[in-house]
Amino acid sequence: MLLEFFSFLRELASFFVYIFSPTILPGVLVTVVGSATPIALAATGELVVERSGVLNLGVEGMMIIGAVVAFGVSLGTGNPYLGALAGGFAGIGTALLFGFFTVYLASNQVATGLALTLLGLGLAGLIGESFVGTPGVRLEAITIPVLSSIPFIGPALFDRDILVYLSFAIVAGVSYTMFKTRVGLILRATGENAEAAHALGRNVRLIRMGAVAFGGLCAGLGGAYLSLVLTAQWTEGMSAGRGWIALAIVVFATWLPWRALAGAYLFGGVIILQLHAQAYGLSIPSQAMNMLPYIATIVALVLLSRNQAVMRRNTPAALGRAFVPDR
Amino acid sequence: MQLELVKRDAPSSKMLVAAPFMALGLTVLTSGVMFAVMGFNPVAALYEYFIAPLTELWSVYELLLKAGPLILIALGLAVCYRANIWNIGAEGQFTMGAIFGSIPPILFPEWTSWATLPLMLILGMVGGALYGGIPAFLKVKFRANEILTSLMLAYIALLILDYLVRGPWRDPGGFNFPESRNFSDEQSLATLEGSRLHVGILIAFAAVPVMWFFMSRTLAGHAFKVVGEAPRAARFAGFSSKVLTYAALMFSGALAGLAGIMEVAGPIGELRPTISPGYGFTAIIVAFLGRLNPWGIMLAGLLLSLSYLGGEAAQITLGLSDKMARVVQGMLLFFVLGCDTLVRYHVRLKPNPKVASTPTASEAADAA
Amino acid sequence: MKRLTSSLLALGAAAALSMGVASSAQADDHTVNAAFVYVGPISDHGWSYAHDQARLAMEAELGDMVETTYLESVPEGADAVRALERLARTGHDIIFATSFGYMESVMEVAERFPDVKFEHATGYLSSENFANYNGHFYEGRYILGKIAGLETETNTIGYIASYAIPEVISGINAFMLGAQSVNPDVEVKIIWVNTWYDPPREAEAANALIDQGADILVQHTDSTAQLQAAQERGVRGFGNDSDMSAFAPEAQLTAIVNNWTPYYIDRVRAVADGTWETGSAMGSMESGMVQMAPFANMSDETRAVAEETMAGIIAGDIHPFAGPIFNQDGEEIVAEGEQAPLDMILGMNFYIQGIDDAYPN
Repeated sequence: MLLEFFSFLRELASFFVYIFSPTILPGVLVTVVGSATPIALAATGELVVERSGVLNLGVEGMMIIGAVVAFGVSLGTGNPYLGALAGGFAGIGTALLFGFFTVYLASNQVATGLALTLLGLGLAGLIGESFVGTPGVRLEAITIPVLSSIPFIGPALFDRDILVYLSFAIVAGVSYTMFKTRVGLILRATGENAEAAHALGRNVRLIRMGAVAFGGLCAGLGGAYLSLVLTAQWTEGMSAGRGWIALAIVVFATWLPWRALAGAYLFGGVIILQLHAQAYGLSIPSQAMNMLPYIATIVALVLLSRNQAVMRRNTPAALGRAFVPDR
Repeated sequence: MQLELVKRDAPSSKMLVAAPFMALGLTVLTSGVMFAVMGFNPVAALYEYFIAPLTELWSVYELLLKAGPLILIALGLAVCYRANIWNIGAEGQFTMGAIFGSIPPILFPEWTSWATLPLMLILGMVGGALYGGIPAFLKVKFRANEILTSLMLAYIALLILDYLVRGPWRDPGGFNFPESRNFSDEQSLATLEGSRLHVGILIAFAAVPVMWFFMSRTLAGHAFKVVGEAPRAARFAGFSSKVLTYAALMFSGALAGLAGIMEVAGPIGELRPTISPGYGFTAIIVAFLGRLNPWGIMLAGLLLSLSYLGGEAAQITLGLSDKMARVVQGMLLFFVLGCDTLVRYHVRLKPNPKVASTPTASEAADAA
Repeated sequence: MKRLTSSLLALGAAAALSMGVASSAQADDHTVNAAFVYVGPISDHGWSYAHDQARLAMEAELGDMVETTYLESVPEGADAVRALERLARTGHDIIFATSFGYMESVMEVAERFPDVKFEHATGYLSSENFANYNGHFYEGRYILGKIAGLETETNTIGYIASYAIPEVISGINAFMLGAQSVNPDVEVKIIWVNTWYDPPREAEAANALIDQGADILVQHTDSTAQLQAAQERGVRGFGNDSDMSAFAPEAQLTAIVNNWTPYYIDRVRAVADGTWETGSAMGSMESGMVQMAPFANMSDETRAVAEETMAGIIAGDIHPFAGPIFNQDGEEIVAEGEQAPLDMILGMNFYIQGIDDAYPN
């Protein structure tokens, strides 16, 4: 028993040596970025939504709508950029529906988010029925000269499609806006105490609508990434729970944009790592391997949650609570 | 134009009754329009969805069969949600209940006595409660957000089941296919002659009045509500939020686990890789559709099941896409939530934010 | 409220009307009403898609003789029984349940509806009115193995598998036997994705395998994602269940095509003639159920070997599981000059020698 365990440890060690070898690592990094980008996009958007005090559990629904619309438009126009744009706008559209109910009608946010997921999955399936059996148009990479030839990270980060670049730009933009600008201050104040923000003359509902729409844009783009880059095809339910992972990543990130990006990369990294471990022949049941990303997320969250100071500082206090302005 | 909500002094009892009907009416109307746009006769389609499944006895039985687990799980979830504890991992607790409850028939197949079945049900509840206890532990001990942990644990439970059924618990006589051995009669719930309706469904429906009594007439039930609505007041009243976190998550886990083992010992009759068509997730919708009220949950469970059965019927008779069922469910939930606003608020449309609203506008909203 | 009641009444009246329409549709006695139950969406481009293509082809061939309906994305378990029962009750003469997980459900419903014929794909149970059918798809995988063994330059094959069920295991073994017969140095790397169908995940698995040196990809999952990934990365692979060349014209070497059409035509015709009988049908390359998509993107020599092998299998001269076959421990499972018996293939639970990976359990 003990002997087996040691031989397993040796196997594990040799796997890690293998993964970090210069021949394998660059390819691994490329795939990790691909796996993480849709989650990072959706998570960053949701982070802004939650910072405004709104919990939108409908990320999965917005993502899948984004995926199908992006696919359809790029197929129809032959232009995947238009497709990605349309996917983003479709995300905004579905988000505004959610926003109207939760922000203006003060409906329960958790339940409305679930309704959005149901509706999104159903509608996307309906829209996509005519795309069955049709290959799509792929969003091609834009190589950035010089940077793309940096060893290891060059091909992974600087020889990618526009959505990867955009995901970094969005995270940087959100981080800057949220902590360095007045808009960000107002947004955070709204999520912290909507009544107080209202008393200061802020239009809480408009701010929240804006945040919700931004969340929809990001989720739609994340969906577009699935059907335009990861696989140039449309299939029903192709988001396969990635919207839920994005939601989890926001909590994991303690509502900090760069941490959300890191969380998405950690999650994507574990997914890719377990695939490589299987291909390498590590003798662990595949179910246990497929559990790893989920277990890793829980463990990481537990470790982060122990730092209560950070948690308390960043958790939007009004999260999930409806706000109704008095007259 | 600006939409304005004015809080009512007390929830409108008139609206409380009317809102669900308005929501249903709006759903029927909107889906009717969608059917028409898709080229189907809207009346025929609506009939298939909402009425046809109720016209035959077997189909009514099937409706109850499908609604049972949804209601049972949602009853537990409602307790959590009342206390502002967001358990969204009922699917995992359902699965773990099925796994624990299946220990006697799979590991001790020869042991068949009158006590087998009760033990299975108890183990099912224990399994669900323990699995629900994990996010409670992580929340109490590490303040880890239960939305995330309970959801991740749901995915993990499904993979554990997959592993068991394809590995150690596989039926030795099953040609290496992923199924456990079949449960014998002593290990299965008795069914109503000529149907698949089993004792478990009776338990699920009996739980409705029990939960209603518990939530509205007992101190413990009251405690959950207070914690949810006014955590500070709860602390003053001496309710420990730690204890309540454990209690809510483990209780809802136990009900989900019970639903799980009853599904396996009932209509399925064995353990297999897929035992749930997403009951644990759908039950979240049922809980909210029923406004976290046990009687409402019962109606919501029935209504949602109806839309599943109706969706199937419409697919067969009219060739209507199965995605439409999900769209209808999503719309229904949206409208219920929107109409619920009328219960708590007067809704007015103001042409200009500065001008005081006229009282007739709210009357008009009420009348609609 | 008043308006609501009156509209409900109107609904009821219209309902009675629509029922009249529904029943008249099934009035014609000569028409066979055939129903299909799919486990996934038709849009999977794989398993359920192939069954649905066969349904359409059968409809086209038989014309007025048949009316078909289908239910897609029907979950296995309690829901399947209800779906089957509804189909049985709504005047369907023959019902095809197209996933292994429906087996117990079909058994249950078939018992209660003795006049309806049930057909179940890839299972082993049957009864008076309940037949099962399957194909020797491993025959196709043996040919894939030969092609891969000849075409690989890195001697590394990537294999994306769904679940460790006998069909998938026998597929891996048949593939390796084919590959070893032309290339003793060939090595296979296997990833179990624990899903039939998650296109982005399948693409990620494909990329991981390519990164580890695989230059030929094989899949036993449903989507086209891994072939598309192969094309992007400039390697080649095989389609599964249907011809996927439209998705990866430069990467698809060939594909195993599940051609259920002849079987469906036969069975529906038998119902129309009143000659339907239960049984266990095993389609094969010879019977036309297992077909290969055109051999493409390979050398002429390889194509010749593939065609020769296919002809040999059809003629019965070549059997993929012909001995000697050894398991991973080096024990002889099938002796020289013998063939693996059918139940060993259908319940296969071991890897053959040369697969350098732990058996999944």
